[in-house]
Amino acid sequence: MKRKQLKFAVGSVVIVLTLSYLAYSGYQESKTYYQTVPELYAMKDNAYDKRLQVSGDVIPGSIKRDGKIVTFVIGAEPQTLQVKYVGKDPLPDTLIDRATAMATGRMGHDGVFVADTMLAKCASKYEKEAAAGVQISKKSN
Amino acid sequence: MAAQLGQFALALAWVVTAYSVVASILGIRLKHDKLIASGRNAALGTAVCITTAIICLGYLFAVSDFSIKYIAAHSNRDLPFYFKVSSIWGGQEGSLLFWGWLLTVYSALVIMQNWRKHSSMMPYVTAVLMLTSLFFTSMHLFAVNPFNQTVIVSAQTSPLPFVPRDGNGLNPLLQDAYMVIHPPMLYLGFVGFAVPFAFAMAAMVTRQLGDTWIRTTRRWTMVAWMFLSIGILLGGKWAYHELGWGGFWAWDPVENASLMPWLIGTAFLHSVMVQEKKGMLKVWNIVLVIMTYIMSIFGTFLTRSGVVNSVHAFAQSSIGGYFAAFIVIALSAALYLLFDRLPYLKSENQMESIVSRESSFMFNNLVLLAACFAVFWGTMFPVISEAVKGVKITVGAPFFNKVNVPIAIFLMFLTGVGPLLAWRKASTNSLKRNFLGPALIALAAGVVLYARGVQHFYAWLSLVMSIFVAITIVREFYKGAKARSVGTGETFIEAVVNLTLRNTRRYGGYIVHVAFVLLFIGWSGQAFTTDASSEMGVGDTLSLREYTLRMEKLGIEDTPNYSSDKATVSLFAYGNKVANLFPERRVYKAGQEPQPTSEVAIYSTVRNDVYVVFAGATPGGKKAVIQVFYNPLTMWVWIGGIVLVIGTLIALLPNKKTPVRKRQQTESKEEPKNVETSVS
Repeated sequence: MKRKQLKFAVGSVVIVLTLSYLAYSGYQESKTYYQTVPELYAMKDNAYDKRLQVSGDVIPGSIKRDGKIVTFVIGAEPQTLQVKYVGKDPLPDTLIDRATAMATGRMGHDGVFVADTMLAKCASKYEKEAAAGVQISKKSN
Repeated sequence: MAAQLGQFALALAWVVTAYSVVASILGIRLKHDKLIASGRNAALGTAVCITTAIICLGYLFAVSDFSIKYIAAHSNRDLPFYFKVSSIWGGQEGSLLFWGWLLTVYSALVIMQNWRKHSSMMPYVTAVLMLTSLFFTSMHLFAVNPFNQTVIVSAQTSPLPFVPRDGNGLNPLLQDAYMVIHPPMLYLGFVGFAVPFAFAMAAMVTRQLGDTWIRTTRRWTMVAWMFLSIGILLGGKWAYHELGWGGFWAWDPVENASLMPWLIGTAFLHSVMVQEKKGMLKVWNIVLVIMTYIMSIFGTFLTRSGVVNSVHAFAQSSIGGYFAAFIVIALSAALYLLFDRLPYLKSENQMESIVSRESSFMFNNLVLLAACFAVFWGTMFPVISEAVKGVKITVGAPFFNKVNVPIAIFLMFLTGVGPLLAWRKASTNSLKRNFLGPALIALAAGVVLYARGVQHFYAWLSLVMSIFVAITIVREFYKGAKARSVGTGETFIEAVVNLTLRNTRRYGGYIVHVAFVLLFIGWSGQAFTTDASSEMGVGDTLSLREYTLRMEKLGIEDTPNYSSDKATVSLFAYGNKVANLFPERRVYKAGQEPQPTSEVAIYSTVRNDVYVVFAGATPGGKKAVIQVFYNPLTMWVWIGGIVLVIGTLIALLPNKKTPVRKRQQTESKEEPKNVETSVS
């Protein structure tokens, strides 16, 4: 009886260890530090060697398209960040003036953040915008 | 008027729900039958109240009453009617009300169905369901009331509140047929798991810890599981059609939220069989049903609160605290009860061999839980790392894929092996008999696949495993039907049908397994996705694999709800025209700043999808930026989903009784010719 249970234990441990290893390597590969623009600047030199996700509101009028490369500025004055999007996928439609953008990539030494992945507010997180929208609609009245 | 009625119905619902909980528990403690019956009636009354409230909300949407904040924020006059109806669950307040409504309707059905049969358990079942309902009703009433008035005070004009002339519009991304149906399916799944949970709790309180609670809730669990599966797949379908990035699953927190209860629910569906057959894993099953329930609540919480991925996290949403408190209370109460009742949950048997049905179920459970744990960890990592280390660290798709792809393939392996292993201990001979053939054929197919270019390791392994499983299942049907047709004289097809109808649970289950074979084929195809993009003016072409696109027309379309840039693209396969595609880029008119959304055009065959996105226009609008994806085998994911539903529905049917076969035997004796044809 003992030996049989040992077999189960060994089998389970092997599975769990394998999965833990895979999880750890997946974590190392994809971990991304999540920062706001002021936090990014507070990191100083540490900002250059990590994969980062920076979030901030898009400054109105700053979105410029040049073929597939799109640049824009996020954050709030005086701490703003120039972002250059070079990703493969089309830019999310939700990326518009004042939207909250989350750019994932690396900080360049020239002060421009090069992003390969962009998120800009998911559909089900529409509440804040909706609330804001009601206020905006008063202008039309 | 409707708003006041809805508001009143909610308040009444709260009182009635609270009364139902108290009456049910007190009634059974005091052995007071009238009080118990009164508690039951109150539970049914709650369903009436919340139904009234949701009808009121629907009516307010239908008549575009923008004096109600929720309507103003999620609808507009020109919104098509069916989207107005679906706006009920388009935002926080409404979707929670919808959740609560489904719960009360489920509760009413459960109570009416089981009251007589399980009279000692039912008051507790009622109490547990109504406690959950009380939580939701409290939120409707105090935190996210959908009937709140619009409060806009404009400083420039007048200090009085006024009603906006038009609403803010439904989020364009939600204006999609799949979004009309996806949330109800998902919620039917989430909510459904409350039923087995309530029965498990009642079984523990009343110390009736045989498998009554499992048998009673088997169908409910399967229904919940089916709806959750449909919900998840429709969500994928929606993402594929609407989001325009070429895929259907991105390990987004909201997707993960629906996957977690599904994973544990799947483990639960399997492990209950071990309890029914062998009297083992009793504690484990209770743990699983508690976790499934908690994960359903947690999933709703993740979806609705924006804890993860939202920039302002907790503070933003008033419901975070409610959910956290409810989860902690429910979990502690359930676990306390479990520890207290451990002596009643002794296992009647022990594992005897690592190569046995029990053991395959155990490993199935182990890896399903590991998958859920990994998904949970990955989803919550930003929150956890911030709490522990003070920095928000997110993990991406590579993390989820690295863990879950091997788990999925291992599960596929178990899907093929498990159902054919004997209980207790499988002999070496039976292993050879059952698996040598399928394994050899699958390996041979694997060599062919490799030679034909399937050289992505996991995709290859997944396809080989799928073929292996498909063969084992087909052979089960074949062997069963052959034996039956020899015994009864039915034709082979009749025998397959009758075989399935006489043991719906087993063969329905096999059909669900076939669905997973198809899903895996679809998923494997995603390893070979390629894409291309180009700025295209009229007459320009773009080639990808065997396909060529030619831009025919660029135009503008205008409707009351939106205006759009629309392209007409001809699609050629191997030089022959196969379709006209119309990718669009829409700008919806309602609401704040115009936000363009892509309407992708998809040409879909069983071999591959051509997925065309109108990604943008060049300055001046002379050319369109067209991106095209080549997605192999995607259609099999949707076909798999349909088969999954068919299989689950079959498994839900009651078994056709044996006398039917006898009648058929006598019938077939009268028609001897039939026997000959069917045997040959």
